[in-house]
Amino acid sequence: MAVQQDLATGAGLAVASAPMPPPRSEVGVIGWLRHNLFSSWSNGLLTVVALYLIWKLIDGILSWGIIHAVWSGEDGSACRVEGSGACWVFIKAKIGQFIYGRYPEGERWRVNLVFILACAGLVPLMVPRIPGKAWSAVYTFFIFPVIAFWLLTGSASGPGAGPIDLMGLCLAIVATVAFALSRSSSARVPPQTLRLAGGVCLVLAYPLLVRWLLSTSGLVDLRPVATELWGGLLVTLVVASVGITGSFPVGVALALGRRSRMPFVRWASVGFIEFVRGVPLITVLFMASVMLPLFLPAGVSFDKLLRALVGVALFAGAYMAETIRGGLQAIPRGQFEAAQALGLSYAQRMGLIILPQALKLVIPGIVNSFVGLFKDTSLVLIIGLFDVLGIVQLNLTDAKWFANSTAMTGYVFAALVFWVFCFGMSRYSQMIERRLAAGDRR
Amino acid sequence: MAVTGIAARAPRRTPSLLDLLYRPEVRQVLFQIILIIALAALFWMIISNTAANLRRQNIASGFGFWNTTAGFDISQTLIPYTNTSTYGRVFWVGLTNTLLVASIGIVFATMVGFIMGIARLSTNWLIARLATVYVETIRNIPLLLQLFVWYFAVLKTLPPPRQSLELVGGAVLNLRGLYLPEPLPQPGFQIPLAVLALGVLASIAIAVWAKRRQRLTGAQFHTGLAALVLIVVLPAAAYFLAGAPLEFDYPTLRGFNYTGGIVVLPEFLALVLGLVIYTGAFIAEIVRAGIQGVPKGQKEAASAIGLSTGQTLRLVVIPQAMRIIIPPLTSNYLNLIKNSSLAVAIAYPDLVSVFAGTVLNQTGQAVEVILITMLVYLSLSLFTSLLMNWFNARMALVER
Repeated sequence: MAVQQDLATGAGLAVASAPMPPPRSEVGVIGWLRHNLFSSWSNGLLTVVALYLIWKLIDGILSWGIIHAVWSGEDGSACRVEGSGACWVFIKAKIGQFIYGRYPEGERWRVNLVFILACAGLVPLMVPRIPGKAWSAVYTFFIFPVIAFWLLTGSASGPGAGPIDLMGLCLAIVATVAFALSRSSSARVPPQTLRLAGGVCLVLAYPLLVRWLLSTSGLVDLRPVATELWGGLLVTLVVASVGITGSFPVGVALALGRRSRMPFVRWASVGFIEFVRGVPLITVLFMASVMLPLFLPAGVSFDKLLRALVGVALFAGAYMAETIRGGLQAIPRGQFEAAQALGLSYAQRMGLIILPQALKLVIPGIVNSFVGLFKDTSLVLIIGLFDVLGIVQLNLTDAKWFANSTAMTGYVFAALVFWVFCFGMSRYSQMIERRLAAGDRR
Repeated sequence: MAVTGIAARAPRRTPSLLDLLYRPEVRQVLFQIILIIALAALFWMIISNTAANLRRQNIASGFGFWNTTAGFDISQTLIPYTNTSTYGRVFWVGLTNTLLVASIGIVFATMVGFIMGIARLSTNWLIARLATVYVETIRNIPLLLQLFVWYFAVLKTLPPPRQSLELVGGAVLNLRGLYLPEPLPQPGFQIPLAVLALGVLASIAIAVWAKRRQRLTGAQFHTGLAALVLIVVLPAAAYFLAGAPLEFDYPTLRGFNYTGGIVVLPEFLALVLGLVIYTGAFIAEIVRAGIQGVPKGQKEAASAIGLSTGQTLRLVVIPQAMRIIIPPLTSNYLNLIKNSSLAVAIAYPDLVSVFAGTVLNQTGQAVEVILITMLVYLSLSLFTSLLMNWFNARMALVER
């Protein structure tokens, strides 16, 4: 009030009633520059240094990657010229290998089809706006893996393996019996237990039955392709996706085991987790490739890729377990007790009450583990599998393409592939995190 | 009445064996027994199969190989080693090489990480963006790929010795590695060393005294200035008074190669560069999260009682941020130690490379060699965790 009266008595009432605009130097581009880049002498100096660095970086990238780069040619002769930049023609010539490895050229459509089918499952599952999540999940986790396995290996064709078919048949029969029994009220075992057992048997039986059907009908005859021929992006994606889907249940089981009230279960989980987390992945892979054949009875041998998959999944599972344990510890005791008071069984308590809350809490950690696992897939080259990095490294020894810049070009390509996937995963998790947190943010 | 109704409707049954199965305690015991039997069966199967396989393939077992002559050369040895040394010696050479690369890596990664983490929070927009680009690029590219870039695409494409790059201070960089001038202490060098040692001891004493005095009287003392004089100025003066008793052995080109000086292998250089830059990006994120985790009120309160920006950082923000930083920092140190095993891919002679690689191939004793290697990494991890837990306990909030 006093101020207003003062102003009213003063001369400039009309001017003062509208607030004065801030000084020119405090707003707009100049104000932003002053505040963010030149707020003090030392800050100004830093800005100049940063500008110089950025100029150097952009100049280096442009002149190496575009201006002096080699875009065409038949071999590395153009890249051997003094002062030439990236040898992109090397990537162009080898791109087939980088994506498929030594997969036979006539059969590469099968890999493409698997990529397309994977996208068909993952896109509806991952984009929140698309409805029908349950069906996409069933497709992605039950139907797609079997089709992909059959397409990639082509193992469904060829002579049938008797015992495996028989096992599939037995499992299917058990599942049918269990479902039939769960209908009749006279059974001593509760119907939900029977239905659960039937479901498990059915899930196990179904891929075996599909295999049997495909091999006996002889409708589609695919040429078997040994996993030794797989390579490049195909191997990276197979190892990463199997590792991710395999490590998750392993991690959940180990985390629950570590929090269990049964002492022996707890000790076994702690021992496994701490052992695996204490050693480098290389030694685990060495163990899978060198020691596993010794552990098996004579004559039994595992595929090399499968050995790496088991190693990666178990390794990542131990890390996953620690992340999930963090989430479990953050759930208040009351939630456990309330679930118990409602008379829920252990599986129901965990599956319906505790895990949904705990997993939501640790999504960033879980995705971090996934990103770590994706990067770790590059280590399989040490035991002689050729992922993206491995196949690039292999092709660098090609004398036809020998040049000073070839190595860097190949690595930049591989780095871009890894970066796109890892960065994409972390950005996607941030989006999901925001969506899930929407309920807490009112 | 309702109560009696329910009681009447529920028929009493004699408990059967199946009902017993539904009791949680019984189930727990049963489940554990099944687990024990399964695990025991698994281990028994593994052991018996391994024994049978080893017998069939005529591979010796036991640790007899430890004292057998190795017969191969190693490019970098911190302890005396020739190709007539034993496999046991190879183990120690590999272990010391691993420890060297891990400790140097930890020191530099911490420095890079703290600088980059603070840079990400800089008020200077450009610096913050540059640090973000560094972190987001490096974190999303596999370490193995980065090691390959440093080794095959950078260090292995350097010019040969005759066209070496001359660096500041007489250091030389070429295809064969980094050649540094080697300091050779002359007689009389003990004098500045002794002054330095005394200066360090005196500085510690002054720091303790100043702290006690400040606690009692509140009067402050220029500890930093005193330490600077005692640790830097006085030894430097002593060094020049004693006639600069230190000579350098500069690397010189003789024929096709450099001789003299200290040689840093390109493999070592690539491994350290890769580990430091990769782990530094992770540490930067931890440092950023730690500093942001300190409530804003703490900074405001510090400036309200008149602390300068530097004092606020040093006395208020960093001690609290350290509590958030240390646990994840520990796991990053452990990762660095474990990641140093990627040395095998660029042929740096670390434990995995020479022991689990060459020795395993020569002896074929996979079980013993892999087990020893795993045990070493397990104990290294355990030791580092213990050390960092002790440090964490010192830094942790002391509550009543």
